[in-house]
Amino acid sequence: MQEIQSLIGGFAIAMSWFNLALMFAGVTLGVLIGVLPGLGGANGVAILLPLTFTMAQQPGGATSAIILLSCIYWGALFGGAITSILFNIPGEPWSVATTFDGYPLSQQGRAGAALTAAFTSSFIGALVAVLLITFISPIIARFALKFGPPEFFAVYLLTFCAFVGMAKGAAFKTIAAMMAGFALAAVGIDTVTGQLRLTFGFMELLKGFDFLIAVIGLFGIGEILLTIEEGLEFRGAKARLNMKVVLETWKELPRYWRTSVRSSAVGCLMGIVPGGATPASFMAYGLAKRVSKDGEQFGNGKVEGVVAPETAAHAAGTSALLPMLTLGVPGSPTAAVLLGGLLIWGLQPGPLLFTEQKDFVWGLIASMYLGNIVGLIVVLTCVPLFASILRVPFSIIAPVILVICAIGAYTVHSSMFDVWLMLVFGVLGYVFKKLNYPMAPLVLALVLGDRAEDSFRQSVLGSQGDLLVFFSNPLVGTITGAALLLLFWPLLSGGWSALRKRAAT
Amino acid sequence: MTKQILSTGLLAAAVATTFSFAAPALAWEPTKNVEFIVPAGTGGGADQMARVIQSIIAKNNLMKQSMVVINKGGGAGAEGFLDVKGSKGDPHKIVITLSNLFTTPMATGVPFSWKDLTPVRMMALDQFVLWVNKENPAKTPKEFLEQMKKAGPGKTKMGGTGSKQEDQIITVAIEKQAGVKFTYIPYKGGGEVATQLVGKHVDSTVNNPIEAVAQWRAGNLRPLCVFDDTRMPYKAKVTADMSWADIPTCKESGLTTDYLMLRGIFMPGGVTADQVKYYVDLMEKVRQTPEWKKFMEDGAFNQTALTGKEYADWVASAEKLHYGLMKEAGFLAPGK
Repeated sequence: MQEIQSLIGGFAIAMSWFNLALMFAGVTLGVLIGVLPGLGGANGVAILLPLTFTMAQQPGGATSAIILLSCIYWGALFGGAITSILFNIPGEPWSVATTFDGYPLSQQGRAGAALTAAFTSSFIGALVAVLLITFISPIIARFALKFGPPEFFAVYLLTFCAFVGMAKGAAFKTIAAMMAGFALAAVGIDTVTGQLRLTFGFMELLKGFDFLIAVIGLFGIGEILLTIEEGLEFRGAKARLNMKVVLETWKELPRYWRTSVRSSAVGCLMGIVPGGATPASFMAYGLAKRVSKDGEQFGNGKVEGVVAPETAAHAAGTSALLPMLTLGVPGSPTAAVLLGGLLIWGLQPGPLLFTEQKDFVWGLIASMYLGNIVGLIVVLTCVPLFASILRVPFSIIAPVILVICAIGAYTVHSSMFDVWLMLVFGVLGYVFKKLNYPMAPLVLALVLGDRAEDSFRQSVLGSQGDLLVFFSNPLVGTITGAALLLLFWPLLSGGWSALRKRAAT
Repeated sequence: MTKQILSTGLLAAAVATTFSFAAPALAWEPTKNVEFIVPAGTGGGADQMARVIQSIIAKNNLMKQSMVVINKGGGAGAEGFLDVKGSKGDPHKIVITLSNLFTTPMATGVPFSWKDLTPVRMMALDQFVLWVNKENPAKTPKEFLEQMKKAGPGKTKMGGTGSKQEDQIITVAIEKQAGVKFTYIPYKGGGEVATQLVGKHVDSTVNNPIEAVAQWRAGNLRPLCVFDDTRMPYKAKVTADMSWADIPTCKESGLTTDYLMLRGIFMPGGVTADQVKYYVDLMEKVRQTPEWKKFMEDGAFNQTALTGKEYADWVASAEKLHYGLMKEAGFLAPGK
């Protein structure tokens, strides 16, 4: 067990007082960054990157630098859930799926339970991913290389299919919302032809519709508009404010171990591939809804509906560092910034990093364990504090939220146009709610539509137009097959039970 | 008496102020944070260079104000260039370029050109290398082209960054010259392209050195030739038996394509000569640091660095070159 020996060495490096202090600072900063919508982990890490330049000069400094930055990242992963649950405003793209059940829970006065479940599942997801990184990273690195365009498309297809059946209400409304999302995703430059599409000559549109702006508007502003109509107050102000809620929720969590295991697996896969934390959280939620026996109740405030996306998002976010370290390919935008950091500190990510920079890599891995423990402690002790925000009168908190949303939308591209766009999406969100159109399919199509389209066209370019490329090897065939199976599951299971009934009579 | 001393003092102070007011005519300095626009996403070659420059300036205290790197990569970089074009006369904004300074307006028709900007200085030129997977039997460009011809047109996949940009331009240039036909597959970033080649999802790439070096050192990729008219000067061994200087030029092996990518700094239009000079000098200080030299060597850059009229002339001729290449390849937007 050479890994364990190396890991103990890593702990020795990460456990210095200086590094532990950096972990606390990083996680706290990260939570703040995660709470502010728009100021995502990637932006936060990029802003703080210059701080580490001088730090990395000292011997062992590169390790301290990455510990600080990666802890910001863990903090952001934890923090994204807070506003999703309290205000229905996802602080980060990967916490959109957390709103589906987290916000209803908070409206029922169970914000504390939802937050505890979210934080604890995040921790578990991360832990599984770190264990994976510690023990089988070389095998995984080789697995990730197997992913070409057809495999990526199959994974996206699987995400869509896992999600399609979860919508309640009219199927056509789901399809309409999803198509609107695809249309929005198509705006801007087209990777495959290098041409502008659907910009109608407006230069503001050439960067396309950013997912974050749409989400801040649809969810955040839309929700505020609804609350204004419904009587200017938050439901859920009765949230209990003591630490007992943490223990009570912990008692409930072991019941959902199946969901945790499944979501961790989904998350790790999507992080390594690298598909990213956002699709992972959607896919895990969709799967949990399908498979769980309470699936019907999802969306009305089930703790399990918070566990699934949070576990997957954190597992994916953590394992996304693996392709960055072993292949030099970032698994997420934040990992991309960290990758830039590695190069600036004079380290070369790639297959040789594990052998050439042993201290750095194992120090980082050890800090993943410690950083997540530190993160869990920080956020859990703050649960009553976060929940107490709901006691602030609506007339005070709503303008604050509005301002934070506007700042968030502006931060994404430093563009005033995006703030107006956010308001337009806000009205759209309100109309969607009023007309009972689901927003989740739109959001999913907007975030993945572009990437799914790219990988589909790359595949078909490579195969000279042959669609059988999606079944051309066991790996891609299995994923595509699983996707189709999930898509037609309602029909298949319906047909199966009809057959059995007929056999019985 | 005291009064007199005071007034003499005041006079002296006044004189001193006049002098120090006279001095800024030579030395303009930023009075607030300088925005460093990167017309590309985070993690790419331009972004890396911008962040290295930012780090060198911060570490060596080369500027009193801070430098903030801002990525505006939307619309193949058009977002960033339009932002700089729209900030006419703003001396607190600089932009780093890649070839999309030329290719994006030509391919998409978005209205901007380098003439809307003020050239500051060229920092370096980025090289392009023809890479294949280590398991590919071809050891030279010639063998590779023969292999392609045997496989038939369109059977060899070339992976590259973006569409109608530098990687595809080089691909088309090879095709024209050698009479072969690739299937070009565009990806979003250079690191991704290198990994796709390691995983054999494409057959070749024209990655920049810095994008592929990690995989080369790990023994996953093989460089066939560099698209420059002389070999790279870096003689330190990168792998067990090869240095950057050991990679032959494509010209030596009978493929007379050469292409270099500009990594240069521009300011918005309408700025004064003092302001330009400030950034020219600042970047010169950056170039003298050991950190910059190491970065140049790690990325095997061509260290040509021009300023002033020479730089502007270089940019003008590069624009002409790109126009020719894009026209030949049929990549121009309608009406260009």
